[in-house]
Amino acid sequence: MVGIVTYGVYIPRYRIRIEEIARVWGANADDISGGLGVREKSVPDVDEDTITISVEAARNALARRPIDVEALGAVYVGSESHPYAVKPTACTVGEAIGATPHMTAADYEFACKAGTAGVQTCMGLVKSGMMRYGMAIGADVAQGAPGDALEYTAAAGGAAFILGTDEPIAEINHTCSFTTDTPDFWRREGQAFPRHGGRFTGEPGYFKHVQGAALQMLEDMGTKPSDYAFAVFHQPNAKFPQRVAGMLGFSRDQITPGLVVPRLGNTYSGSSLIGLAATLDIAEPGDRIFVTSFGSGAGSDAFDIEVTDAIESGVFAREAAPSVEQLLANPVYMDYAQYARHKGKIVMQ
Amino acid sequence: MRKVAVIGVGCTPFGEKWETSFRNLFVEAGALALEDAGLSGEQIDEMFVGNMSAGRFVEQEHVGALIADYAGLATNHIPSTRVEAACASGGLAFRQAVTAVASGMADIVVAAGVEKMTDVGTGVSVDALAGAADREWEGFAGATFPGLYAMIATEYMHRYGLTREQLAAVAVKNHRNGAKNPRAQFRSEITVDTVINSSLVADPLRLFDCSPITDGAAAVIVAPLDRAREFTDTPIRVLGSGQATDTISLHDRRDICTLDATMVAGERAFHAAGVERSQIDMIEVHDCFTIAELCAIEDLGFCAKGQAGLLTEEGATALDGDLPVNPSGGLKACGHPVGATGIKQIYEIVTQLRGEATGRQIDGEIGMTHNVGGTGATVVCHILGV
Repeated sequence: MVGIVTYGVYIPRYRIRIEEIARVWGANADDISGGLGVREKSVPDVDEDTITISVEAARNALARRPIDVEALGAVYVGSESHPYAVKPTACTVGEAIGATPHMTAADYEFACKAGTAGVQTCMGLVKSGMMRYGMAIGADVAQGAPGDALEYTAAAGGAAFILGTDEPIAEINHTCSFTTDTPDFWRREGQAFPRHGGRFTGEPGYFKHVQGAALQMLEDMGTKPSDYAFAVFHQPNAKFPQRVAGMLGFSRDQITPGLVVPRLGNTYSGSSLIGLAATLDIAEPGDRIFVTSFGSGAGSDAFDIEVTDAIESGVFAREAAPSVEQLLANPVYMDYAQYARHKGKIVMQ
Repeated sequence: MRKVAVIGVGCTPFGEKWETSFRNLFVEAGALALEDAGLSGEQIDEMFVGNMSAGRFVEQEHVGALIADYAGLATNHIPSTRVEAACASGGLAFRQAVTAVASGMADIVVAAGVEKMTDVGTGVSVDALAGAADREWEGFAGATFPGLYAMIATEYMHRYGLTREQLAAVAVKNHRNGAKNPRAQFRSEITVDTVINSSLVADPLRLFDCSPITDGAAAVIVAPLDRAREFTDTPIRVLGSGQATDTISLHDRRDICTLDATMVAGERAFHAAGVERSQIDMIEVHDCFTIAELCAIEDLGFCAKGQAGLLTEEGATALDGDLPVNPSGGLKACGHPVGATGIKQIYEIVTQLRGEATGRQIDGEIGMTHNVGGTGATVVCHILGV
């Protein structure tokens, strides 16, 4: 059965605290931090972007399982912050890991769920026999306009998943999606920062689509929330995934391992995939994981994943690459001025 | 002048109505009112529609014709007029309808109010609402409505010793009422701590001191009292109507803690109705901010200046108090779709007087409404009775 052969994550080491951003904008840090459930967010270094983050995540995946990259037939990178409008991130990633030239590559965009769209594409390609392995990456150096609500959470990071059929560490039993034309959050060509419909991003956006895909999955599989050891939901903040988990009947214990947003922020396309990676970091054979991403615009992809014995076998070395917990540890904190320089928010004339 | 009665009422649930358009909100409320009165559209002689700022909120002007059209009445060519007096637009539309019937110009008249505020971001809606103040002397100087009412609250607290807890008691009481109103935007009870610990908006006003941004519509139908029983067994009489204006800028007022227009409009309504304050069993007042409810109770003459906070804290304005204020939940908990609020107040009082306010029913025969535009530049009051 098709499944996850290996995975890797990368998170920049820099962090900025919510209270530091609030200080600059004269906002009440406790209100914001309490409202979002986020304490700090990751910040890229001055020379880090979606390409470098994707490459690091891909290399971490390969460190855990050195597959034959010649057999990697596809690289898809989902992001809202591809460095080039025209020229794919995925080609650079493929080249950097030595998978070129006999492979296909493309960049995906579906707000925060482009990474899981890549996973679905790779599942199809592998399952149909068109290729042995396919790699899907979700990564972002997320944009949030100075002073906007998004600035408190827009973070940097990414996760790479290699899909295949030979001894997957976790089988993907099923995937399904829920998609509508809903303008809750957008960024037009040429604009530096996204815009959003305020509270409209909640009920008609996130909750409708996450529930739509999740309920479809439970119906398709004939399962109930208690059948899963863990659950991961897209986490633009800590409140939304906790609330939707409660609405669907998942417990706090089920979502806690994958709820990385309080210390990481919202890595947009990386968000739900890093949550899944953090869950796989501690999962054991037989654990069933329920995953639902969300991308504004809007849609959700749901996955029913089952961890196999391979995760503890000789073919896979979980400790050969840093866990999400290790990547979140020992951060280097910066002030808003340094953060502004790192994020390119200081514009030179 | 002919005597006038309310023969039908309708109100949409208030809230963030993302899946209902401006025109559909109105149509929903209008259809409910017609159904309530047992009328068909052909029997309508005229319409007045309270709407503050469809131009800013949904980029739609010419609202009178639009809603006559979507109510299916355009081909009847009835007169339909938009009435605007900021947040008092609804109350004023009702007064226009009452005037039309009282004068004999029309018999069956619809008074409606509608506002769709959530199609724009908070910045646009706050700025649109700021148009209710003096744009040149207040708006351009940076004053928003929370800012202006915060100045009133600051001076009031300084002068009368109003406590933070007393101010919060207004919101707590209105949420308690709103929790019992199926049409309210917020149907949850809160505590004084909820208010005091909420985000600061404009010192001393916090988030839970402020009415929300809301979509909603309400419609009522008025007719000559002597024809009212053709349509309903429970006509509610319009006993008195009073309207007054004051300076549009807060800083030009005689006293920023007293809304003179409330005093005058209230007095006119009492005089027209021939009713004493002691006969009023319930009032719906314009609590756009908690401080506004306290000023309203005092300026309408129900207690001495500076006393409304204590009365509220002691429960006198609760549903089971001596003078229940805002049984609907008020603007705070029921929501404040600005053009619709004045009509919703009439809807609430009519519902109460008919004995149909399940779960929040007040025993009474006479009720009053108080609807304010801006910081008190326009005030409309009505007294209704069984």
